[in-house]
Amino acid sequence: MNSAIDTGRQETAAPAIELRGISKAFGPVQANKDISISVAKGAIHGIVGENGAGKSTLMSILYGFYKADAGEIHISGQKTAIPDSQAAIRAGIGMVHQHFKLVENFSVLENVILGAEDGPLLRPSLTKARKILTELAAEYELNVDPDEIVENLSVGHQQRVEILKALYRHADILILDEPTGVLTPAEADHLFRILRNLKNEGKTVILITHKLREIMDVTDTVSVMRRGEMKGTIKTVDTSPEDLAERMVGRKVLLQVDKAPATPGENVLEINNLSVIDDQGVQRVKGISLNVRAGEILGIAGVSGNGQSELLEVLGGYQTATGTISVNGQEIDLTGKFSDGQSRRNRGIAHVPEDRHREGLILDFSAWENTALGYHNAPEYNKGALLMDNAAIKADTEAKMERFDVRPPNPRLAAKNFSGGNQQKIVLAREIERNPDLLMIGQPTRGVDIGAIEFIHQQIVALRDQGKAILLVSVELEEILSLSDRVAVMFDGNIMGERQASETNEKELGLLMAGMNEEAN
Amino acid sequence: MENLDTIIQILDSTIRLATPLLFACLAGLFSERAGVFDIGLEGKMLAAAFMAASVAAVTGNVWLGMFAGIGISLILALIHGLASITFRGDQLISGVAINFLAAGLTVVVGQSWFRLGGRTPALSGEGRFGQIDLPFADALRDVPLLGPIYSDLLSGHTFLAYIALLAVPASWFVLYRTRFGLRLRAVGENPGAVDTAGISVVKLRFSAVIICGVLCGLAGAYLSTGHGAGFGKDMTAGRGFIALAALIFAKWRPWQALGTCMLFGLLQAVAIRYQSINLGEFTVPVQFMDALPYILTVVILAGFVGKAIPPKAGGEAYVKER
Repeated sequence: MNSAIDTGRQETAAPAIELRGISKAFGPVQANKDISISVAKGAIHGIVGENGAGKSTLMSILYGFYKADAGEIHISGQKTAIPDSQAAIRAGIGMVHQHFKLVENFSVLENVILGAEDGPLLRPSLTKARKILTELAAEYELNVDPDEIVENLSVGHQQRVEILKALYRHADILILDEPTGVLTPAEADHLFRILRNLKNEGKTVILITHKLREIMDVTDTVSVMRRGEMKGTIKTVDTSPEDLAERMVGRKVLLQVDKAPATPGENVLEINNLSVIDDQGVQRVKGISLNVRAGEILGIAGVSGNGQSELLEVLGGYQTATGTISVNGQEIDLTGKFSDGQSRRNRGIAHVPEDRHREGLILDFSAWENTALGYHNAPEYNKGALLMDNAAIKADTEAKMERFDVRPPNPRLAAKNFSGGNQQKIVLAREIERNPDLLMIGQPTRGVDIGAIEFIHQQIVALRDQGKAILLVSVELEEILSLSDRVAVMFDGNIMGERQASETNEKELGLLMAGMNEEAN
Repeated sequence: MENLDTIIQILDSTIRLATPLLFACLAGLFSERAGVFDIGLEGKMLAAAFMAASVAAVTGNVWLGMFAGIGISLILALIHGLASITFRGDQLISGVAINFLAAGLTVVVGQSWFRLGGRTPALSGEGRFGQIDLPFADALRDVPLLGPIYSDLLSGHTFLAYIALLAVPASWFVLYRTRFGLRLRAVGENPGAVDTAGISVVKLRFSAVIICGVLCGLAGAYLSTGHGAGFGKDMTAGRGFIALAALIFAKWRPWQALGTCMLFGLLQAVAIRYQSINLGEFTVPVQFMDALPYILTVVILAGFVGKAIPPKAGGEAYVKER
């Protein structure tokens, strides 16, 4: 009996996870360099770092997705080999991926049992899972209808299914990769309540995020990674967002956007009763009206998929719509011959698309070719009627890269070889330097590291101060609040409300984003 | 009474003609539900028809023929699997290659083996699948209505036709009631979900491709040793593609596949029975009747039958994301 008590004591003393000297290279890129980290049992442990710092690689090694080149994994004090995900699951590790790994046309139950079935026939597993799901729902506030088809669930509920999947597999250690990126603030709060419940039940939670506020709110300890290296683990109470940002980037970073009050002028963009029906016949935008004045940033907040993308597509000229849009007092063509990107650019509208990989760049093209995209008819890029002046484009690109601090400043490098932040700067330089009257910018800092975020925000504010109108769409509420002068919230294709950025807060906007108008008013 | 006889004859012929379609359609169903698109159904059927007829002609044993047909179809299926799963190649190109390979090799090898201009010797006796009479078929023939339906329509088909019909509920059960089926459907929708659940995407997809190979083998063997009596050049005549159309029409579901294959079988049966139809002054030409199943195929593929949503991960090789 004594020995049993002894092992029990040992287990509580040993950390839930200990990684020793983990290294992993992808070709010439060293994603993880000699990483050691220890996570205490029953703790919520944050891992922060910029994009490409190696957080996801490290967790993928822990979950058996990749094999480490060197290093050891210890689970509860036991050295454990994790060659595949099945081994990770056996070791009690569960993972909630950033992009959910759910089969969308399966029911919640089917998703939960997939890979954890008890026998060759489904029925016994389904019955068992239904019972366990009810218990888990009560225990952790993880309510989901077990028979609902996953694609009919909200993103927040889909995430709960992922957590349920892990718990159904008896996970004691739960890894969440950027879990709040797609959630409304209310949903995120609910998630954090769930995580605290898990912690109280003795589970260990690892939270990977780039949102420093979440780290401060919910974690007990936090590890910082930079360029594949572990830069130390600190108690959350002993640090601050500014301190963490500095550790992540390696220099002092301005988290707040430094801007003077706006001095708005005339209306540049006027949108009246705009409706969009997409290819599937679904009405995405439901008769909205908006205006943006010169020298003003209008932020559109909202959870992604509530019509913001379609609004940008209409303005960019690649989605048809009904209603009217005027730029500088003149109506633009929404359905006819002049509803294309070229016509929009001619009217002084520049567009930094939400998804730069799909719409902003051609990844296999070099930086200079990408810089000419959309402006290939510009006289300075052409020699006569037939030939393009490639030398001129390259020189112009090099100058733009210089001014926007793109690294490396090599116009001949393919777009795919730049980091996310530098890719975004290439797009931004192309659009801003055309001196537009209206700049539309979607998710300006998605997948962009903190250092580049600072620079991009400064450029946007500088453009505003030159008296340009800026329409900003972002799912990052913090970004909306710090950049915008006015904020409009979209929900389900409608504008739920407009607020002065200085007179509102995350809570109020969060309610509007969830479609709760009355409470917010 | 004569009308009833005609109807029963047409329906009887419908079952015969639908059998190879049904095998091929279910073959495609397993493969595509697992995310591997297969336009090589035609080629696998053709190769299987050839091997089945050749081996049956040489050995005089139809069972050996059938297994030879399944064997060659399996080999082609594994080539498709190797190209599209292991080497992550383009599934359409691999399928097209298999179709070309089968169309060419069957004739060349057939000529070299039998010197009959690409045909195999005519089969008879033990070299063919015989008709199976269901119990009491003769005794019940005189019962009004139900008698002929049982004795003439349902009874008297070959072994493989009954297997094809039984394969429908079997496929349904496997897909919707078993662990294997759940995983198979999942890997065609989101292989990432399967991979993170700790199940091998490659193994699952290969098992689907193997099932597809076996079923295509049965389809081919039926054509040359059950429906026909020997192999003739291009004897599949686009049935692999019709089966694909039937699969889309059925929205990748087994019971619906039975229905759509029967519909195509019926069209072919009607075309054979009524070579020309007089509509008053105008006579529908025989070519039009023969083309009917193919016209319907085009109509279905053009999307006139409502929205058919293919398995989401279909046609794409699975690559772990970074």
